[in-house]
Amino acid sequence: MHQIIRQILRTGIKTEAPPQPDESLRLEARRINERILHQIGRSLAIRHVDAGSCNGCELEIHCLNNPYYNIEGMGIRFVASPRHADMLLVTGPVSRHMETALKRTYDATPDPKLVVAIGDCGCDGGIFGESYASCGRVANVIPVDVTVPGCPPTPTAILQGILTAVSNKAR
Amino acid sequence: MKLDDFPKIFSRLPGAMPAWHGAVNAEELRSLCEQVMRGGGKLLALWGGDENGEYALHVVLVAAPGLLALTLPVSGKHTTFPDISDLFPAADRMQRTVSDMLGLHPTGGDHRKWLRHAAWPGGEHPLRKSFDIAATFAAGEDGYPFIAVTGNGVHEIPVGPVHAGTIEPGHFRFSIVGERVLRLEERLGYKHKGIEKRFEGMTLEQGARLAGRISGDTTVGYAWAYAQAAESVTGTVPPPRALWLRALFLELERLLNHLGDLGYLGNDVALAFGFAQFWILKEDLLRMNGELFGHRYLMDRIVPGGVAVDVDSAGLARIGETLRHIEQNVAALKDIYDEHAGAQDRFLTTGRVLPELAAQLGLTGLAGRASGQAWDAREQFPCTPYDQLDVQMATHRNGDVAARVTVRFEEIAESIRLVRLILERLPSGEIRCALGDAAESRLGMGWVEGWRGEILVALHAGENNRIRRLHPHDPSWQNWPVLEHAIIGNIVPDFPLINKSFNLSYSGVDL
Repeated sequence: MHQIIRQILRTGIKTEAPPQPDESLRLEARRINERILHQIGRSLAIRHVDAGSCNGCELEIHCLNNPYYNIEGMGIRFVASPRHADMLLVTGPVSRHMETALKRTYDATPDPKLVVAIGDCGCDGGIFGESYASCGRVANVIPVDVTVPGCPPTPTAILQGILTAVSNKAR
Repeated sequence: MKLDDFPKIFSRLPGAMPAWHGAVNAEELRSLCEQVMRGGGKLLALWGGDENGEYALHVVLVAAPGLLALTLPVSGKHTTFPDISDLFPAADRMQRTVSDMLGLHPTGGDHRKWLRHAAWPGGEHPLRKSFDIAATFAAGEDGYPFIAVTGNGVHEIPVGPVHAGTIEPGHFRFSIVGERVLRLEERLGYKHKGIEKRFEGMTLEQGARLAGRISGDTTVGYAWAYAQAAESVTGTVPPPRALWLRALFLELERLLNHLGDLGYLGNDVALAFGFAQFWILKEDLLRMNGELFGHRYLMDRIVPGGVAVDVDSAGLARIGETLRHIEQNVAALKDIYDEHAGAQDRFLTTGRVLPELAAQLGLTGLAGRASGQAWDAREQFPCTPYDQLDVQMATHRNGDVAARVTVRFEEIAESIRLVRLILERLPSGEIRCALGDAAESRLGMGWVEGWRGEILVALHAGENNRIRRLHPHDPSWQNWPVLEHAIIGNIVPDFPLINKSFNLSYSGVDL
């Protein structure tokens, strides 16, 4: 036990200040009542759905949980079920084999809900595009509030997208 | 086994890796597979191609001299090929994929579909040249006959495709009694996004970007294997500095993944401290990559003909410092993991794959080395610069989660040693050369020991330096079926831990 405590003390506090919201990332005008958004913004539950990514975006989403970004310290948690979620964080072009699963996950998420599409593929289909196997961008399958471009976007950019979706600032 | 033992004369393919290629008939294919299997060799990859109505099955084996690529012409009328899944069980899902994608069928084995769900009907085959990549079909029914386990008290837990954590989609069907798992059946293919079809017609330069996005966590491994294949078909030899920088990137990628996995393995046994610590180290390395090379995961840094980014002496010093910091911390964390009774209790004997079973099923890469399968292309078939670095392979025989943890710790230490040697001996000079012209219909292969295991990229050249057909092979093809065995007899709550200890790619096999 003393080894663990010593290592924790030696490491110190790594957490950095979060980024500010960026309204240019918003795809749709806000559909959620301001007051509800205010409530959600203080304790946000996110369900991540990989709809067909290369797994690159997932690596950066994982990083949000590391002590540098410390997303849980801001009251934002990743939850195990869409039924517990306020927001879906969707990666990848939506493969046709994931289309039904994504729609069902969206339907299983209680209203009011937000959707943030992550990565170039989530924004516009990316390098995989649309084909016999891919529906392309996330907005082709479910409504999307905010898009975060990048291949993959950095953890800071993803966090900025999440914060933009729950931001109360007027356009 | 010496290549002389083979009854046919094969031609050596140009390029960085020892590889031979030849056409065979159905009987020769079977007998060569059997010969390689009996000689202690293994199956690396199996795929099919459409050469405008004439089909072909390609099988790549690893034998003592290196890679042996066999091409079996399959005529347009009798679209069957000999089943080799009795010799190499790992061939099963690859053969079923050939059925789905090309309409060529194995003469035996499992006849259920594999990659195809409901996006296209059974009579359509996306990798046939006549199939239009933009074709869309009305969503059909996706019936899949899982194998049912019956008996008193047996019930099923279906999991996925959307999982509870931030991971890729797939479906797991557990048959259990109480908490104990009797059987696990995997169903993958959810991420199929038409990668192989997308490659067709791309120029050799364009393909590099797509190759780096087959499996995001192995972007360097795929980019290097792709570059080797492209250099093989064009007879290009990259400058020495580029080759050394590629090895630097590959070892950095191995470090990133092993650090991340060790953190998650701690997390999965309720040692959240381990997650926080290892992910600080991973982030430190990611930031170093971003600052020095312009991309946290080094995507698109390896290109056909060389590398896209150089490093100066200040950068080399920065890498040395970061590695010192990581090395010190990993040593402290290894002591903590080793001494932590709670963690060791969960790691030891969990998800065991004994060496005999691992050999029979063809378990490969990191997981294979934790089950006594002593294969590491960096040591056995070293290309430049590995031929000058004397890579020490990490192997263990226990085959449990603990062994896969230990292999990761040992490979971190070895990768740090290799990177230091690379920093010391990095030759000066150019980092990129122009790609030559590809001879039409030539086959080129790239073979790289990625962090998870061996990556193969097989490239069939078309006209005007374009890709006619490209097959990328992930080690997860071999290892997914073994995971079904690793879980047998374990309890359901240990599945996330066992799964994480293998950490297999979904995207890399769904393609």
